[in-house]
Amino acid sequence: MKEFETDYRHAKPGQGGPGVVDYLDLDTKDQTFLDSTELVLNMGPQHPSTHGVLRVILKLDGEKVLGTECIIGYLHRGVEKIGENRTYAMFNPYVDRMDYVAAVSNGLGYCEAVEKLLNVEAPPRAQYIRVILTELCRIASHQVWLGTHALDIGAITPLFYCFRDREEVLRIFEKYCGARLTTHAFRIGGCLYETYDGFEQDCLKYCDFFLPKLDEYEELLTTNRIWVERTKGVGILMPEDCIALGVTGPVLRASGVKWDLRKQQPYESYKDFDFEIPTGLNGDTYDRYIVRIQEMRQAVRIIRQAVGGLPSGPIMAKVPKVIKPAVGEVYVSIEAPKGELGYFIVSDSSTQPYRVRVRPPSFVNLQALDKMVRGMLVADVVAVIGTLDIVLGEVDR
Amino acid sequence: MPDETKGPNPVSPSPGGETPPAAKPVEPAAAQSDTPTIKAEAPVAAKPSEAATVAPASAAKPTEAAAVSGEKPETAVATKPVSPATGEKPAPAAAKPAAPAAAKPAPKPEGPKPEPWNSELTARLRRRYGSGLQEAGTYLGQKYLVVDSAILYEILLLMHADERFDYCVDITAVHYPEREAQFDIVYVLYSFHHNERVRVKTQIKESDSVRTAVEIWPTANWLEREVYDMFGIKFDGHPDLKRILLPEDWKGYPLRKDYPILQQDKEWVQINLGIESGQ
Amino acid sequence: MLDAIKSYLSTNVTPGEAGSMFWATIYILLIVVGVSLAVIAMNWLERKILAHMQIRLGPMRVGPHGLLQPFADALKLLIKEDIIPEEADKLVFWMAPVVVTMTAFTTFLVVPFGPTHAVTDMNIGVLFMLGVSSLGVLGIIMAGWSSNSHYPLMGSLRSSAQMVSYEIAMGFAIVSAVLMTSLQTGTGTLSMIGIVNAQNAQQTWFIFKFFPLGLIAFGVFAIAMVAETNRAPFDLPEAESELVAGFHTEYSGFRWSLFFLAEYAAMLAVSSIAVTLWLGGWLRPFPNWLSGETWDFAFSLVPALSLFVLAGLCLLGTIRMPKIPQMRIQTMGLAAFGGLLGFVGLVLLLPGVRERIQDIFWFVAKVAFFMYLYIWYRGTFPRYRFDQLMRVGWKALLPVGLGVLIATAVWGLLPQLSSSVQGVLQ
Repeated sequence: MKEFETDYRHAKPGQGGPGVVDYLDLDTKDQTFLDSTELVLNMGPQHPSTHGVLRVILKLDGEKVLGTECIIGYLHRGVEKIGENRTYAMFNPYVDRMDYVAAVSNGLGYCEAVEKLLNVEAPPRAQYIRVILTELCRIASHQVWLGTHALDIGAITPLFYCFRDREEVLRIFEKYCGARLTTHAFRIGGCLYETYDGFEQDCLKYCDFFLPKLDEYEELLTTNRIWVERTKGVGILMPEDCIALGVTGPVLRASGVKWDLRKQQPYESYKDFDFEIPTGLNGDTYDRYIVRIQEMRQAVRIIRQAVGGLPSGPIMAKVPKVIKPAVGEVYVSIEAPKGELGYFIVSDSSTQPYRVRVRPPSFVNLQALDKMVRGMLVADVVAVIGTLDIVLGEVDR
Repeated sequence: MPDETKGPNPVSPSPGGETPPAAKPVEPAAAQSDTPTIKAEAPVAAKPSEAATVAPASAAKPTEAAAVSGEKPETAVATKPVSPATGEKPAPAAAKPAAPAAAKPAPKPEGPKPEPWNSELTARLRRRYGSGLQEAGTYLGQKYLVVDSAILYEILLLMHADERFDYCVDITAVHYPEREAQFDIVYVLYSFHHNERVRVKTQIKESDSVRTAVEIWPTANWLEREVYDMFGIKFDGHPDLKRILLPEDWKGYPLRKDYPILQQDKEWVQINLGIESGQ
Repeated sequence: MLDAIKSYLSTNVTPGEAGSMFWATIYILLIVVGVSLAVIAMNWLERKILAHMQIRLGPMRVGPHGLLQPFADALKLLIKEDIIPEEADKLVFWMAPVVVTMTAFTTFLVVPFGPTHAVTDMNIGVLFMLGVSSLGVLGIIMAGWSSNSHYPLMGSLRSSAQMVSYEIAMGFAIVSAVLMTSLQTGTGTLSMIGIVNAQNAQQTWFIFKFFPLGLIAFGVFAIAMVAETNRAPFDLPEAESELVAGFHTEYSGFRWSLFFLAEYAAMLAVSSIAVTLWLGGWLRPFPNWLSGETWDFAFSLVPALSLFVLAGLCLLGTIRMPKIPQMRIQTMGLAAFGGLLGFVGLVLLLPGVRERIQDIFWFVAKVAFFMYLYIWYRGTFPRYRFDQLMRVGWKALLPVGLGVLIATAVWGLLPQLSSSVQGVLQ
């Protein structure tokens, strides 16, 4: 078979001009692809199962993965630079667009960070509303994860079930703040919108509606032997590696480390609620699946408690119209559905932040891909990318 | 607190020169920019209404000055390239006595201040490094250390090995072009054992490079690559220091303050995307 | 001419056996048309049933309830540009879909729709079907090879490896069913019609024979046949979300539709084997337990009744159609379709037709059940990874098939064994 024509995007090592990268240093000058023992396979930016524009270059020996290299940045929009050129309040809608699947938690983290900088705290009612919406958002985010992860592994039906049930959450969001996906639900100092008439009933109705559906998803997958075989023992990450690689969120908890920012460093009103932190044992894909399913159950629990105990009062703290925090810097992080989402804001007492740094959980979790996938088969790479639950909007910002 | 700063919405120094948002609520400001000299006298007259408008003027002044110095000014500000500058000096000076006068009804609370942080950890570090540990404080309850760049690596090693800060949350940088040591490199560390988060900061010059923390925390790999990508700070000993978010052969370091927000590497865009204008 | 027709109609064998070329040709045409129609129906059914399992509706626009969707798809595929990769081996590229389709259709030569309703009844019928469907593997390899691209090549190699592995398990299951045919008469038979006749004579479907052995053998075959046809959960070689895109990547338009046709035809063929060997072929349920004139009569009404039910469903759908002017044509179409079904049902009530249609109806109903199972599997199960797939084929199904075969043999020979043991003891 004739080899492919050389063009600048597929140049051999050392042959490139501008815009060419040497990948993995392979020397394939006089070999046809059948001769080489190592095959370089490109899971390109457009691919049905990389969740977004992610490019993974796999070095394979037959079916076994010897190494990977992730090329990211296809969705880089310069959010941090934009942050330096917008006022604190104007930047709030931008953060939704990073992890667009769980926009509410992004907004929560940012508002928390700026409130910390201003040294104000949202009033209790606002905190409860924030917790309710964030937990609903956690359920919605995990539903997207479950649907797409199952689809990658071949179960095509849970996708539709999850997206159908997620519609109900989005309906609540739409009734509350007018938007389904990029909600911009919170403001610095609290919430802008008071809960609409019937908000509590809607949330409780959703909780009652959702738990049987969750049982349905589990019935389809948890004890399905094919699912178990595809996910058990795949992509194992030991707890020490998790911590060393900075991996947080359900991935860390599935490896056995019982650590959740909502319990360790409670923010908002999480200390008022009684919920558990599901952890796994083996750190494989199956455990991550179980942990996320349990997290959805715990989220329902939190929502019920929050709705039951929703205090009355103002929903906005006294925050100046023009936000000019004192000179200083803070780092505030929350437990987003994907992991530890942190905001490092440097203020120089002007109306615009001097530096906004977003510590994205998906970015750091994606680093672990290489470690998780070595020695696995090609079909597992897709499963592992799905189980890391990355959103490229957050990885690239 | 009543809206004492109901002033102009801050004008972002965008090249579009969007003073229209400033134009609307800012009749007072426009009026003020017309008559800087009158303004200088207004505080003397101590009329509360004008004094009250002077306060937002002083707030608007720096931004307008920035707008003037940054871009081609337009409309209201354009006519007065000089006078706001000259008017600025007396105005803030005059505004200061006016501001407390105007703000007397609602005294401004003291902003949060960084406090010194004394603990066993800082005591140990001070014993070892003395003046290398420049500052150890807490601000708004968040602990931080400012260290010399020479001993940064040792401190990080110490924090990881002895003090059990086994989780490196984030590595980032901030660019202060007016300073001599232009870059602030910030390491946010967390200890599972102590449930404590500490920021370790250091300041380096543009030409300096820092030793990589990859051997201490493997997570530093991509985090440092991003710092290099955005700021151009090199990390010695990094296994694979190349750009991560931008294309490999992009020129320029976007998060530096001298890289305008709309700038792109025109050559790269022309070659790779085939767009003639480069934008 | 008339004599030829009369002479055939009075015979009691298949056209092939009767030596009548004319009728054989008629039957072949009927089969080609029938299988094509069945594939078209399968296409529609798959999309609708899968959609309803996924809480959605499926095609609704193209005809009433999407009934014309398969025709639209076929037309689209026919008028698509025929792209051949530049470096492809053109002859092999052209031949591959032909080989696959031809083998799939050729297997239907021996499929019996009734005691005399087959093209021919070879006395090695089952073996013939197995062998010819194995030839299809050759077509797949040809497709992957000639595409001159490593993804289709790897996909086709995987596909063929999978098919070959599961044929062995299939073979064991088939042999254990064939063994059962020899129980009463002492002589077994590989002929498809003979197998059904044996079930009739022994008065049980082989799935219930030697319980649970018949069931296990049937189970092994049911799983192996899904893997044989590259369907979920064994469809890794042609899955979209895997890197290796499958042997038919480089095929477009009509050539691709030939592969598609061949896949469904193969599904129908292996389902026919399963139905013939274990589910009693064309026999109606309980031919011996519920026997007698009235029961025969009652069962003979079932085809007509089922068509009336379908017509009733169409009528219900017509009533529920939106009553807006834009939907008038569709509503009329659905009503016409329902009317057609009802008319055919009425035709099936006529005495002459009633008896003749019985066998065909029951056979088709059972095969339709298998088609539904295929769609059900696709909607429910995730995919096996390739190594797990091969492990299931070699390490799970093959030993079970072998075990069932031996157990069937021993059980079947028990009377003889025991009598010989007694003879030895005495």
